[in-house]
Amino acid sequence: MKAPATHERVVITGMGIVSPLGADVETVWQAILAGRSGAAPTTIFDASTFPTTFSAEVKDYDFRRPIRQAARHEGCSRSSGFAIGATVQACRQAGIDVETPCPTDGVDRTRMGVYLGAGEGSLDSDAFFAAIIAGWDGDRNEFVWPNANRVVFEQMQATKELEQEPNMAAAHIAMLTGARGPTRSCLTACAASTQAVGEAMMLVRHGHADVVVAGGAHSMIHILGLTGFNRLTALSRRNDSPETASRPFCASRDGFVLGEGAAIVILESLTSAQRRNATILAELIGYGSSSDAFRVTDMHHEGRGAVQAMTAAMADAALTYRDIDYISTHGTSTQENDSVETLAIKTVFKDRAKQVPASSVKSMLGHLIAAAGAAELITCVLAMRDAIVPPTINLNDPDPELDLDYVPNAPRKMPVRIAMNESFGFGGQNNVVILRQYSETREKQP
Amino acid sequence: MEPIRVVLTGLGAISPLGLGVDPLWAGLSEGRCGIGRIKAFDPTGLPCELAGEVPEYRIQDHVPRKYRKSCKLMCRDIELAVIAAQQAVVASGLVTQGIDPDHVDIDPARMAVNMGAGIISCEMPELGPAVAVSSTEGRFDVRRWGRDGLERITPLWLLKYLPNMLACHIGIIHDAQGPSNTITCAETSAHLAIAEAAQIIARGDSDIALAGAAEAKVNSALMVRQILLERTNNTCNDRPAEACRPFDASACGSVFGEGGGVLVLESLDHARRRGAKILAELVGIGQSHSLAPAYARLEPDGQAVRIAIEKALDDAEIDARRLDLLIPHGTGVPQDDLAEARGIEAALGKAIERVAVWPTKSMLSTTGAASGAVDAIAAIQAITTGAIPAARNFEKAADGCRLRIATESVRQTIEYAICCSYTHGGQTAALVIKRYDEGAVE
Repeated sequence: MKAPATHERVVITGMGIVSPLGADVETVWQAILAGRSGAAPTTIFDASTFPTTFSAEVKDYDFRRPIRQAARHEGCSRSSGFAIGATVQACRQAGIDVETPCPTDGVDRTRMGVYLGAGEGSLDSDAFFAAIIAGWDGDRNEFVWPNANRVVFEQMQATKELEQEPNMAAAHIAMLTGARGPTRSCLTACAASTQAVGEAMMLVRHGHADVVVAGGAHSMIHILGLTGFNRLTALSRRNDSPETASRPFCASRDGFVLGEGAAIVILESLTSAQRRNATILAELIGYGSSSDAFRVTDMHHEGRGAVQAMTAAMADAALTYRDIDYISTHGTSTQENDSVETLAIKTVFKDRAKQVPASSVKSMLGHLIAAAGAAELITCVLAMRDAIVPPTINLNDPDPELDLDYVPNAPRKMPVRIAMNESFGFGGQNNVVILRQYSETREKQP
Repeated sequence: MEPIRVVLTGLGAISPLGLGVDPLWAGLSEGRCGIGRIKAFDPTGLPCELAGEVPEYRIQDHVPRKYRKSCKLMCRDIELAVIAAQQAVVASGLVTQGIDPDHVDIDPARMAVNMGAGIISCEMPELGPAVAVSSTEGRFDVRRWGRDGLERITPLWLLKYLPNMLACHIGIIHDAQGPSNTITCAETSAHLAIAEAAQIIARGDSDIALAGAAEAKVNSALMVRQILLERTNNTCNDRPAEACRPFDASACGSVFGEGGGVLVLESLDHARRRGAKILAELVGIGQSHSLAPAYARLEPDGQAVRIAIEKALDDAEIDARRLDLLIPHGTGVPQDDLAEARGIEAALGKAIERVAVWPTKSMLSTTGAASGAVDAIAAIQAITTGAIPAARNFEKAADGCRLRIATESVRQTIEYAICCSYTHGGQTAALVIKRYDEGAVE
């Protein structure tokens, strides 16, 4: 493989989001600064008899609204629709044409990629469950395939099936933007979009692409998603109070709140951004990925993998723990994550652990699963822009074991020059990225 | 600074041609077909009743003794990945925790896992009892499911079906604590996972990576998906061995199947330091995206295939004339094969007359995410043995296909081989693999 000709600086030139708190960056940011929760009773399907009856849904969203050629995306899954909306916003901010056969924005499409952390499109549950009902012979306690096959074949539809494939969100974005460069989609559970952003940064840094549309899209607010998480007892069951259910780092936390959405950032080489006169929103300077290699059911109890990912990201950025001004935590509101993550931050940040503000916007957005990391990354950029750190809401009952500065309940005015964004996935895949306020002179060589 | 070179030092495969790399290569060399009537479930009622299925195995025989109880958390896709990874690590001579915990000779933090995975369809029979108590007058009733059905699902059910669990189980068994990713780009997944693993080593973030993919498409829901997308051959249920005919004039669809393939990637320095047997070198990566208005099809001019090949050749810093072997994606779906052939032709130019094109799916079926890994392994086997087997089920080229399909097996030195893949949705990739010559002067 060719040695990279250059070692490009990687900047963010556009951002877009479709989330439970709104479908544009400023609306979402204002809701977060106001400490609002996006959780409410589930409406996508009737979840009233489930152990958890609420979620953080994207409300009143139609992917057709921001685009002209909606027909090209007709039949796309719920999460691909979110991805389309977030991409349009991000591209507009970055000055990149969408839906244009011959774009004049100065970006060579063969050097433009897509990297998403994206989940499966929702199951066609009507056909799927009908097939199981047809196939299951309760008297003999066995499954009669030919009976199921008939229903599957009669009821399933090509488009609905194709759109369930997890690579389809990236496919829609490529079609929307005309990207012809490296396009990838990954699914490392809750760490996926931080991984996507990190690996996309590497594609740009090492000269494999000039621009990458990066981020995540996911909706697991479907029958089997809610079932799976409920059976794992990972979800909050605070059905009487959805808005206060996501309470990361709180003593009474009882699980995460399942959310959905998409978040997209435009990553671009500094050279390309300057050539196009794009507005530079922030610089991505570090990425670390690791594996717990412990158990598929639990995090490593000392957060070994989390520590390694943070350490690797700082080494990549040529920084130490003394340089980090703000940590956007994974902070899911489960007993396990918040304890282990706190421990990991203490291990990495040593004497500064209690001084570095470390908040969780999942207290408001809910857990966007594969899209979570990218959504949180956007809040880091905004924190740097506005010199204000988002809060962890619902933190009224501190856990005595968890004693970091979680920025409880109200945002805090303070300059943020360098921020660290953490995501940890079920199964033990950990990803951390570090971003910095952009300044023309590079202070430290990564 | 000198670029870090990435070499391949271990292979593992489980495919419709057998359990292991040796039966895979023997089968491919003989032109044996691994396709038959579906055994995993009774396919009666489906227009296509064929699949490429792997031979029977006991997963417990392929994991360390103390990991056996975790096997109950593995769906079939995970099992195939774990088996292929175990073989690859053994073949590489690396001693990981999964091989011998008392004599580990790797730095776990410098070992990455990068697996491709397909969408994992949950098993319908497993949900049968829960769905049965959740129906009202023969129809699924979500309120009853929430109240009565859900509790009948085993608590850790979800963990069996998350695509990232292929990489997670492999990471746990071999104690690989370095970067870990799961690429979910259908049939292109393996090439993208291998490409990314190579890039991780090349940028210095790991010394070793286990990379590849696995997928088990042989279940009713996923088979029907391929049927609905008009990608299957529905005319050959009585002649399974003739069903999949990439680039052939009488092709009329593909056959789907299952498999797993894992490659050990290693920095050249690391491999040399430990005296590893080096099989080949990964020298070129190319990627693009097909922008077909109908997502289920490759664009007719195969432009993305062309770009991916051109980029891979450029990355390898070679001209197309240096290629000896090309393993195409070639599924047997006529319009996709034709589009791919056009893309290959555009990229190779005049070299199209000399490069042997050897499709493998006529023997292996389309094994989803795994297909690219198995093809890469086949390419490495061709390079190390110095042989290109004959293509199966190719008699007369389809109209418009000008590729030089390998119709007779030949022995020849293969300096460079290229593997191509694409998927519905549009991701395309190409990898260039080079013969490794121990004595060559650099």
